[in-house]
Amino acid sequence: MSATEAAVEISPEELMTINAARELRDGQVCLVGVGPPNAAANLARRLQAPGCVLVYESGAIGAQPVRLPLSIGDDDLAATALELVSVVEMFNFWIGGGRIDVGFLGAAQIDRHANLNTTTIGSYEQPKVRLPGAGGAPEIAACAKSVIVIVRHSPRTFVERLDFVTSLSHKRGHTVVITDLGMLRPGDDGELELVALHPGVAFDQVQEATGWELRVGADLSQTPPVTQRELDELRELRASARRG
Amino acid sequence: MLSAVELREAIAEHVRDGMTIALEGFTHLIPFAAGHELIRQGRRELTLVRMTPDLIYDQLIGMGCARKLIFSYGGNPGVGSLHRFRDAVEHGWPAPLEIVEHSHAGLANAYAAGAANLPFGVLRGYAGTDLVEHNDQVASIDCPFTGEQLSAVRAVRPDVSVIHAQQADRHGNVLLWGLAGVQKEAVLAAGAAIATVEEIVDELEPPPHSVILPAWTIAAVCHVPGGAHPSYAAGYSTRDNDFYSAWDEISRDRDRFGDWMREHVLEHEVPA
Repeated sequence: MSATEAAVEISPEELMTINAARELRDGQVCLVGVGPPNAAANLARRLQAPGCVLVYESGAIGAQPVRLPLSIGDDDLAATALELVSVVEMFNFWIGGGRIDVGFLGAAQIDRHANLNTTTIGSYEQPKVRLPGAGGAPEIAACAKSVIVIVRHSPRTFVERLDFVTSLSHKRGHTVVITDLGMLRPGDDGELELVALHPGVAFDQVQEATGWELRVGADLSQTPPVTQRELDELRELRASARRG
Repeated sequence: MLSAVELREAIAEHVRDGMTIALEGFTHLIPFAAGHELIRQGRRELTLVRMTPDLIYDQLIGMGCARKLIFSYGGNPGVGSLHRFRDAVEHGWPAPLEIVEHSHAGLANAYAAGAANLPFGVLRGYAGTDLVEHNDQVASIDCPFTGEQLSAVRAVRPDVSVIHAQQADRHGNVLLWGLAGVQKEAVLAAGAAIATVEEIVDELEPPPHSVILPAWTIAAVCHVPGGAHPSYAAGYSTRDNDFYSAWDEISRDRDRFGDWMREHVLEHEVPA
């Protein structure tokens, strides 16, 4: 069974990006990072949340990029922003000051409490893979009012124990984890529960891709199929990035 | 009056082996030409400070200029890994690289503390993360007024900070606009600062979102049009995203990287 009503091919990244975009509401102030979050936030502005305010940690507040930026510091962001601030001001006043409604995070590893690793695979001193590191993630996780984590579901990613704790999970549990198989949210005690499956995905698949015994939420639902419009808009966005 | 100096002279005069050097510019206005000059002059044992090492520190690290890196995000934005940085950390090639690793908020506040001539900056964050136990420049402190536990980051004071800006006037005042990163903080935190600029003009006409660094905060101004490429200077150029993508392949292999650096940096004096 296809994940879309139109039965077109859709990539895992597209599925995650579209479901992340659906989480955003008009008027929300959204801190956007590189990769799928960037696409998701810009997609939301083309769909149900045209008034979603995009903030990039490079210092652009209220950016309205015409094409999808590759980096968070592309000229298009600065040129269309309501305000530009220094990086110190961005982190101290806007992120640290608690003025971000939704922060996006990705990770190489996530644990059952939604703590994240973007630093090393293997030990810190002798890493098997050296990843980019923290960037803005620890403060976004600590200071945003809610967090959307976008991450592919695999046993290498959903691990019992992180190799390195780069960012702690949201302290009030306002987190949603969106994967290519479904969606998870923390339960009352902070442990992630599977709350939705994408169309055509069975629970067993999710459990197999999770490195611990996965808890299932009280009312496990199914995410609505991706619409042709969502897919068209996303692909148009991506094409705009390639056109440069 | 300003006497703009050659970049070669400015680097030779101000940067010595073993110094702590910051080349700043957050995606925008990264001083690539100055970094290439450091490579051509064969500087060694440098402690390099940058929030986002980016391609320029990937190149300096791969060419063996660095002993230590102080940073907060070591990726190629929107593309993936910095392969020379990874090779140095994972395999010690071409030399072992000591790392001091912050979050963005931490390193930004460390620069701000340096600019303010304070011993440390303070922020929420770091708490509970493994960054703290691997970075002795971060410590937990109690707020003297509320008792809240906060994080202190030790000030960063580079010997020399280097920035790229759009313009300088004939007095040597430096103007930059657009995404301003931490350049003001890096310049004011440093013992000396070098600015490369796109253009030298009779009179500065600062557009909105401008930063001006007065002449007396800058030790040397160098006229280097295109000196931020493949980063960019708003109003003069756009980010060369194709090159950022292409770097992934160029830098993956040690030999190919070496060939590229020889052809485009070592045997070239114009911005690559």
